[in-house]
Amino acid sequence: MTAPGSLLVEVRDLVKHYPGERSWFGLGAPRAAVRAVDGVSFTIAPGRTLGLVGESGSGKTTVGRTMLRLQEPTSGKVLFEGNDVFGLDAARLRALRRKMQIVFQDPYSSLNPRMTVEETLREPLEIHRLNGAVSALLDEVGLDAAFAKRYPHELSGGQRQRVGIARALSVEPRFIVCDEPVSALDVSVQAQVLNLLADLQAKRRLTYLFIAHDLAVVRHIADDVAVMYLGKIVEHAPAAEIYAQPRHPYTTALLSAVPEPNPRASKQRIVLTGDMPSPAHPPPGCPFHPRCPHPKKSERCRTEPPPLRPITPGHLAACHYAEEPM
Amino acid sequence: MSVLLRVRDLKTYFVTEHGKGTARAVDDVSFDLYPGETLGIVGESGCGKTVTSLSILRLVPEPPGHILPGSLIEFEGRNLLALSAPELRAVRGNQIAMIFQEPMTSLNPVFTVGDQIAEAAIIHQHLSRRAARVRAIEMLRLVGIPDPDERVDDYPHQLSGGMRQRVMIAMALICHPKVLIADEPTTALDVTIQAQILELLDRLQHELGMAVLLITHDLGVVAGHADRVVVMYAGRVVETATTEALFEHPTHPYTEGLLAAVPRIDAPRARLHAIPGQVPAATAWPPGCRFHPRCPYAWEKCVAQEPPLLETRNEAGHTARCWLVTEPERRAPKR
Amino acid sequence: MTLGNWFALLVALVVAAEVVRALRHRALRQERWRRFFRLRTTSWGLGILTFLVLVALAAPLLAPFDPNRQLDIVHLTNRPPSWTFLLGTDPLSRDVWSRLVYGTRVSLGIGALGALVAVALGTLVGALAGYYRRWIDAVLMRGVDVGLALPRIFVLLMAVALWDGLPFAALVVAIGLTSWFGTSRLVRAEVLSLRQRDFVVAARALGAGSSRVIVRHVLPNAAAPIIVSAALGVGNVLLLEAALSFLGIGVPPPDASWGNMIADGMPSIYTAPWSTFFPGLAISLVVMSLNGAADGVRDALDPREAP
Repeated sequence: MTAPGSLLVEVRDLVKHYPGERSWFGLGAPRAAVRAVDGVSFTIAPGRTLGLVGESGSGKTTVGRTMLRLQEPTSGKVLFEGNDVFGLDAARLRALRRKMQIVFQDPYSSLNPRMTVEETLREPLEIHRLNGAVSALLDEVGLDAAFAKRYPHELSGGQRQRVGIARALSVEPRFIVCDEPVSALDVSVQAQVLNLLADLQAKRRLTYLFIAHDLAVVRHIADDVAVMYLGKIVEHAPAAEIYAQPRHPYTTALLSAVPEPNPRASKQRIVLTGDMPSPAHPPPGCPFHPRCPHPKKSERCRTEPPPLRPITPGHLAACHYAEEPM
Repeated sequence: MSVLLRVRDLKTYFVTEHGKGTARAVDDVSFDLYPGETLGIVGESGCGKTVTSLSILRLVPEPPGHILPGSLIEFEGRNLLALSAPELRAVRGNQIAMIFQEPMTSLNPVFTVGDQIAEAAIIHQHLSRRAARVRAIEMLRLVGIPDPDERVDDYPHQLSGGMRQRVMIAMALICHPKVLIADEPTTALDVTIQAQILELLDRLQHELGMAVLLITHDLGVVAGHADRVVVMYAGRVVETATTEALFEHPTHPYTEGLLAAVPRIDAPRARLHAIPGQVPAATAWPPGCRFHPRCPYAWEKCVAQEPPLLETRNEAGHTARCWLVTEPERRAPKR
Repeated sequence: MTLGNWFALLVALVVAAEVVRALRHRALRQERWRRFFRLRTTSWGLGILTFLVLVALAAPLLAPFDPNRQLDIVHLTNRPPSWTFLLGTDPLSRDVWSRLVYGTRVSLGIGALGALVAVALGTLVGALAGYYRRWIDAVLMRGVDVGLALPRIFVLLMAVALWDGLPFAALVVAIGLTSWFGTSRLVRAEVLSLRQRDFVVAARALGAGSSRVIVRHVLPNAAAPIIVSAALGVGNVLLLEAALSFLGIGVPPPDASWGNMIADGMPSIYTAPWSTFFPGLAISLVVMSLNGAADGVRDALDPREAP
């Protein structure tokens, strides 16, 4: 057990490169590797939620899956309760899987279409030889026990997502990677699921890594927020601070791009130009410089990659001009 | 101002695969679209907003779907539902154009984007290939694609998601349509790209003076870009208002609940308001008001009798399908 | 045909129809059976297959003549169908109906055994290659490419040439061993896409081992192509056996199989088409019935196919 206040999860310099395919039947030179995750570090204390925000291609999903060792990392370390996740043998990894779980984005692909809800929830209990009741799990996620006999295609998106959450809970984990758990849901159902996740966290003392592309959703669940761009964390701060005073121009732009349900909101919208570059060919210097709207953007941004550094205590940003935010 | 597109009593039903029932996907929908305005149609999945937009150009797959007799879709005084196939084709893509949610599947992967953009101009304006290509390059420039002379020969897979959506817009606008139907145009895109596309649509609408029917589930998108809003639930229009009035005085409890459920970037961390339950199945809408099983205010009358669209006291043209309009004192939550 | 033969035939037909009727009755109560009988062709396919199995079992009761006896090589060759010789006689004056009936035993056996070997092997190789990727995939799939490039007849001829007195059952297994390449490609493609699906990732995250993931999560969802290729595989094996018989290395004469009946009747196909037509018809019937039944199995395994 970890002492209160210490760390539950620690990620150190995590790197995941997907090697490029080789031409000439695997004999030629490989194409450029895709740097999906390029040196990511963070920690999460027990019972807290870290929101990991980024657009598609930022590497946020890869971080979550590599941490659970669902993909092998290229380099780096993940410590869970002090254990090196990447150094475990098969038996100890299996034991660890009880403590680290994942909830997926797409409720249509995350459940086996040929298994009933009961079969889906019973399987993890079988694997780990646990005594648990399917009905209790269903009750905990707010589903009637009658759902046990249903197949996934008979459920709505929100109900499926609840089953996915029950499956993750079945092994009584301490840590859950929530990989965009509400992005595919309708607004009214999204609120239900977010509230459920918050309730479960309070009740079970869960720790979350909450991956999302939507800063507004993250605001309602996260204690800390890390923003990713092109495989790197560009800003990491307590939630209240990042929303009040973003230090990285990308975070500023992301915040301003969220459409607000208020027609009188006359905020200055920053519309970024261009697309995120391919992670196979990241630009030199600051990865964000080709799209950066910061007025002080200089030659330095084009050549020298800014390190992720503390700007104020607890507030990290990777921008040469973080002291003078936009 | 004269109405450009008038939809009256539109009913589009689907016969479910095994003949076990009829899904009343769109059930008596009426609204007007005026020249140059943006009308938002908002609702969650299953509310019938997409089927409504497909019905306008008669793109609903038949069977299993069919538009019931008695429905009217009138464009510049002509009932689109009564047109012959060639007459309809002359309207599609020419006077009324459409863009879709998924720019990857909406483009044909084996033709260059230039060919696809030019196609509508060749069909409708009988341009030569060469002239159409020039128009296509112009359109690419108009939608903000850099190096249009080179991009015109690209294939869809060579472009990013945002670029593909720009190509879709260029395709839709090449004939300068009077109405653009945009069905969730930014849902598949990242936030920063979404902002680009929405800004582009605003600019193009301003420059070309077309009316836009903006179909979306995102109240934030509507707030920033629509002049008037139609809220749909369970195949019905439940509220219509100008954008300002809708967000200021949401009258239907569904609109109210939906607004409260949106995670706000400017609100502190707190529990979100959630609408309990699910959207019912289109084969079995509840009796009475279709929202009553999820409504915090519902009383006997709501179960017994479905309200019509009632004029609210907020402003002219603000209507809501709710008995609360007649008995506002009941708006105290019963929980 | 004696009265007894007609009676036995009638009984076989009635029993087959009754079996299907009884199963359909069950379908009223059980969801899975209801899905099985969703299509009308499934009932027909199942009925015909049941009937053929009964024919194979009761061959002595249905056949009026010894299938291998040359009745009268002078006067009774290539007789057209009649009440005595229901489907005529072949160029060696044997009764086509009797041979067809006995051939059912041989041909159904060959088809089932060959296809079973092929599908089992194809599924195994496809699943391993698709699930484990990397070098396992590379090695197995290059092997499949080689297998697909080799002419099958040639390989089988080699086997016969190298192993004198090869038992026929072994040849059938050899047919199976050379027929799985296509199946393995289909299965691999399916597994490749399934292994990316979130429910497979979820099972791994829960600590499920590879074998559990493959057996419980991947293969059931790949059932459709496997079943279809099994049904088509049976037909393929039957036709291959016909080709081998034609080359003289199929079922050893004088025993009858549908394949060697076609081969034997070929020389007189214009003057006495019945000795090739009916075995050919039987093969088509089996393939079509199997496809009908396969559709039913596919639907039964897939809860999304609402009845």
